[in-house]
Amino acid sequence: MIETDLLIIGAGPTGLFTVFEAGLLKMKCHLIDSLPQPGGQLTEIYPKKPIYDIPGYPIVMACELVDNLMEQIKPFNPGFTLGESAVSIEETEEQKFIVTTNKGTRHKAASVAIAGGLGVFTPRKPPIARLPEYEEKGVDYIVRDPEKYRGKRVVISGGGDSALDWTVFLADVASEVSLVHRRTSFRGHLDTVDKVHELAQQGKVKLITNAEVIDVHGESGLNRVTVKQKDADDLSINCDHWLPLFGLTPTLGPIGDWGLEIEKNAIVVDNATDYRTNRPGIYAIGDVNTYPGKLKLILCGFHEATIMVQSAFKRAFPDKKLSFKYTTVMGGVGSLE
Amino acid sequence: MSADIKITVIDREGLAHPLVAPTDMNMNLMEVCKSYELPVKGTCGGMAMCASCHCYVESDHQLNEPSDDEEDMLDQAFFVEDNSRLGCQIFMKPAFEGLTVRLAEESE
Repeated sequence: MIETDLLIIGAGPTGLFTVFEAGLLKMKCHLIDSLPQPGGQLTEIYPKKPIYDIPGYPIVMACELVDNLMEQIKPFNPGFTLGESAVSIEETEEQKFIVTTNKGTRHKAASVAIAGGLGVFTPRKPPIARLPEYEEKGVDYIVRDPEKYRGKRVVISGGGDSALDWTVFLADVASEVSLVHRRTSFRGHLDTVDKVHELAQQGKVKLITNAEVIDVHGESGLNRVTVKQKDADDLSINCDHWLPLFGLTPTLGPIGDWGLEIEKNAIVVDNATDYRTNRPGIYAIGDVNTYPGKLKLILCGFHEATIMVQSAFKRAFPDKKLSFKYTTVMGGVGSLE
Repeated sequence: MSADIKITVIDREGLAHPLVAPTDMNMNLMEVCKSYELPVKGTCGGMAMCASCHCYVESDHQLNEPSDDEEDMLDQAFFVEDNSRLGCQIFMKPAFEGLTVRLAEESE
């Protein structure tokens, strides 16, 4: 069991900066994130995009902001549970929380700050009504073990790196690979795009462009997909597997079932006090929360984190006196380590 | 007063919403929809990095051509048609008076 003073769910910019503000109050923090690296959306969705509304930075790259935040919180030595998502929460008799991840890692803390942004990144699923029936029965959104497809007939959908990479890789593994894509051009790395075209010419990959998979069939598992073509009749492809690779999209996930008041996919908090939720000891900060006038901005998340930790401190250390420190008068954060 | 334009956004239930959009704020269609509290998430904040503002342009206005980023993102969206666009990449300007768009189905 990992024990800490403040457990932060979500290692995006708001979660990371929370460590700094909590650290100033000598509170230890631990972060959980479903992604394998810190930074949240900034590293996962737009690492190379410039951000213009961070005070003091006329322009900063998303990945650079995350690097800087990591540097800024380093003195406080936070713990990380990465690549795991927070699934359940229980309250102990001593009014602490135990949060367990999908991999069974348990974390105990006096307070929990949900800085989950838009939620857990999960594969984007095509809106085909019967699709859930075929999950794990032929339809996979993530390739975990390519050997699974050896000698099988595989249909891949998508036009990005992951669709192209797996098309190239599985061309030598599967008995048959068809790549279905909405248009004729691809956005992946040029080398990979060339390779896919080469494989198509050699007849090792069947390239079906201006097309999309619109239906799935099979009695006890997938055995066929229907492909709608822009300029031709629908196609029927017999296959053992379909891999729809359309990237990741965030969803609130299991946190939505933690007994917290939810409105429009966000957690309702009291912004007049300390961003508390309806459950004492659980706070929500950053893009994951909502209140009248809410703006989903990184700088608002920073502010919310700063206010929130003052309250979390009182909960973690009810007997200690909270004294607010200005970092300008203490000669850097090193003195707090 | 700079020119405001009137546009129409048809929601997923088929209801047409007449909206007034300013043309002097570099606002995009996703932002206009959000300001009217129409059900457009705008998850990525207007960077053409999600497809939550996917819509169909139903009037015959000449819009700017979609960028590579926008096309790439549409590759990951569903129900994509020839008139599909991301609302966040359509910036309000006087020439778009009377623009009509329909919101695409959401997908998780």
